[in-house]
Amino acid sequence: MSSRRDFLKGALAATGAMVGAGATPVHARDTYSRPPEAMGLLYDATLCVGCKACMAACKEANNNPPEFNTVDKLWDTPLDTSGYTFNIIKMYRNGTMETKDAEVNGYAFMKTSCMHCADPSCVSACPVSAMIKNPVNGIVEYNPDKCIGCRYCVVACPFGIPKYQLDDPLGRIGKCELCRHRHKDGYYSACAEVCPTGATLFGRTEDLLAEAKRRLALKPGTVTKFPRGRLRPATERMLQGQADGKGEKHRHGWRDEPDQIYEGTVGKYVQHVYGEKEYGGTQVLKLSGVTFEKVGMPNLPPYSSAATSETIQHSLYGGMLMPIAVLGALTWVAKRNVKPDDDSGEQS
Amino acid sequence: MQQASFIHETNRAADAVERRLQISRREFLQFCSGVAATLGLPAGAEAAIAQAVEAAKRPSVIWLHFQECTGCSESLLRAEHPTLEKLILDIISLDYHETLMVAAGHQAEKARKDAMAANKGKYVLVVEGAIPTKDKGIYCKVGGHTAVDLVKECAADAAAVIAIGSCASWGGMPATDPNPTGASSVGEVLGKPVVTIPGCPPSPYNFLATVVHFLTFGKLPATDKLGRPLFAYSRLIHENCERRAHFDAGRFAMEFGDEGHRKGYCLYKLGCKGPETYANCPTLGFGDVGEVSWPVGCGHPCFGCSEKGVGFAKPIHAMAKMLNVAPPLQYARIVEEQGKGATFASAAALAAIAGAAAGGAAMLTRNLGMSHKAEELEKTQDKAGKNKAEV
Repeated sequence: MSSRRDFLKGALAATGAMVGAGATPVHARDTYSRPPEAMGLLYDATLCVGCKACMAACKEANNNPPEFNTVDKLWDTPLDTSGYTFNIIKMYRNGTMETKDAEVNGYAFMKTSCMHCADPSCVSACPVSAMIKNPVNGIVEYNPDKCIGCRYCVVACPFGIPKYQLDDPLGRIGKCELCRHRHKDGYYSACAEVCPTGATLFGRTEDLLAEAKRRLALKPGTVTKFPRGRLRPATERMLQGQADGKGEKHRHGWRDEPDQIYEGTVGKYVQHVYGEKEYGGTQVLKLSGVTFEKVGMPNLPPYSSAATSETIQHSLYGGMLMPIAVLGALTWVAKRNVKPDDDSGEQS
Repeated sequence: MQQASFIHETNRAADAVERRLQISRREFLQFCSGVAATLGLPAGAEAAIAQAVEAAKRPSVIWLHFQECTGCSESLLRAEHPTLEKLILDIISLDYHETLMVAAGHQAEKARKDAMAANKGKYVLVVEGAIPTKDKGIYCKVGGHTAVDLVKECAADAAAVIAIGSCASWGGMPATDPNPTGASSVGEVLGKPVVTIPGCPPSPYNFLATVVHFLTFGKLPATDKLGRPLFAYSRLIHENCERRAHFDAGRFAMEFGDEGHRKGYCLYKLGCKGPETYANCPTLGFGDVGEVSWPVGCGHPCFGCSEKGVGFAKPIHAMAKMLNVAPPLQYARIVEEQGKGATFASAAALAAIAGAAAGGAAMLTRNLGMSHKAEELEKTQDKAGKNKAEV
């Protein structure tokens, strides 16, 4: 009864149903761009001295325990981001490691923490909206109360940032959220706050991008001014000194602190701002003296894989027509293949 | 017996030194241990030092002053360890020192000439202050002779030349831009490397230990390529700083007098040059009053007085260049290999488990099939039974 011919007929019917469903407009989704008030960090590897103050501050701000990977267990020595380490300074090593920021016989530092993508894969992959992107400041936020622990975000992230607390039966995802819990009191990201050289700088991504491009345009070896802590927009600098009082929250939302701009030497940069276009843009930007791929920053296309995957998924599942059509076809095939029950025939 | 005679000998020499220096034996040995510790010598070295100092062969020292403030001499005088000034003046025979000697004028000049003639090839020359070289060195003259001539004359027959203070070591403050007098270091003028004890002023114990090393071992201590004794100048101030923990934790004083400054936080952001200055200030301190008696200890950033190109050159607020980093072992690599590949045993164990599972599943399926067959059989038997009953 159920010949190959019949099966092909059924398949044809299903295809027809799908074409019918295609009549509902399904557009390829574009990669989202950063919100205009996006906040982020600028990490300048040529300024980093590897003091790891940012790692210590991150642990303190997020109330995370140290992780030991040395025999003596004296210092917090994580090997990568984990459920308890949201920020880590890694070291590129080559040969004799004599010169800083040299690819051959040199060493370089690289901060590894959430890049706060304009179009984050973790948010796209999360089935329960535990991972969301703040529409105003663009921070990729995590809500442990909504999280079901599926760890799709861990797999989805192209930078390998979100990690799960696997040792805890009630674990959660651990990842940098730019210290958003401190923002309401006027404090910004702890890593930028403590950075002694301004290698990690906090600010609006737009301003940070301008600052990064300014640095790239300078001649290596010349002296320039480097801001530390929080990059203040020009408009805010004019308001300097109009704060309510020292250490008080300013009307722009951040606590007033002393101007920390200092003079330093311009490093030898790779002429590229990592994160300007990568993956459709990230809110954390990076400058380096060593090729980005060598310091662990993957070579990514200028569009987000979230856009690609969502386009495919939303085409397939748009209006649930495709699944219904496939189900219908399968049901039809199954029905055709069911033999009448012998028992009922015998008993009647 | 031999040991007893040695002890007797030592005691006798010690008695002599006690009389000579007017200090108790206990104080004397304390001094010797202190110097041994400063030099980083192993335990037991203080005995050798004691013997050398007791041996009363006081080397003649000629101390020249040029473009300086006499701060180095003052620092030396204020070394407060048990009657150190006595030891300084009595361990060595200070035959010429313009500030300390009683003689003046021609008498002083004669003392220098006499000492040089009497100890030819054996005396130690100490130079304090930079030497002006511009315009034939007319900017510094002593007794009608230019500093250049004096230092060359005295160095010719010296057993060792020690440059004390930053001025003599690398030019110091007088050599600061635009350097109108062409101030130069001793090494530059003599054209040969000398032992340098830079600092403004240097710790007196760094100088003292260098002299005692010369006395004890007959040679000057090992130095780096800038002539600085390694026992004192091999480490950055940053490495031994008492405020280092604050640096590592990112706790910085942002302004003089702010909360962080009052709490004793790291002074790096105020321009501390500790990360690019080699000296033992944090371990030794100044004035023998404990750990706070050095700039960083009392709340002022190090300004790199001992380091050429830092002290008197970089502004105090300017940021220091980090010369070294903590041991690289403590840093995670860009890609860390975590965990190990499967060992043969673990792979075998896993294969065994997988095999057992597969076998179990096969058996289960078979049993399921069997039970289905049995069920079917039962049904047919039931039916047959029913049919029989009906019949």
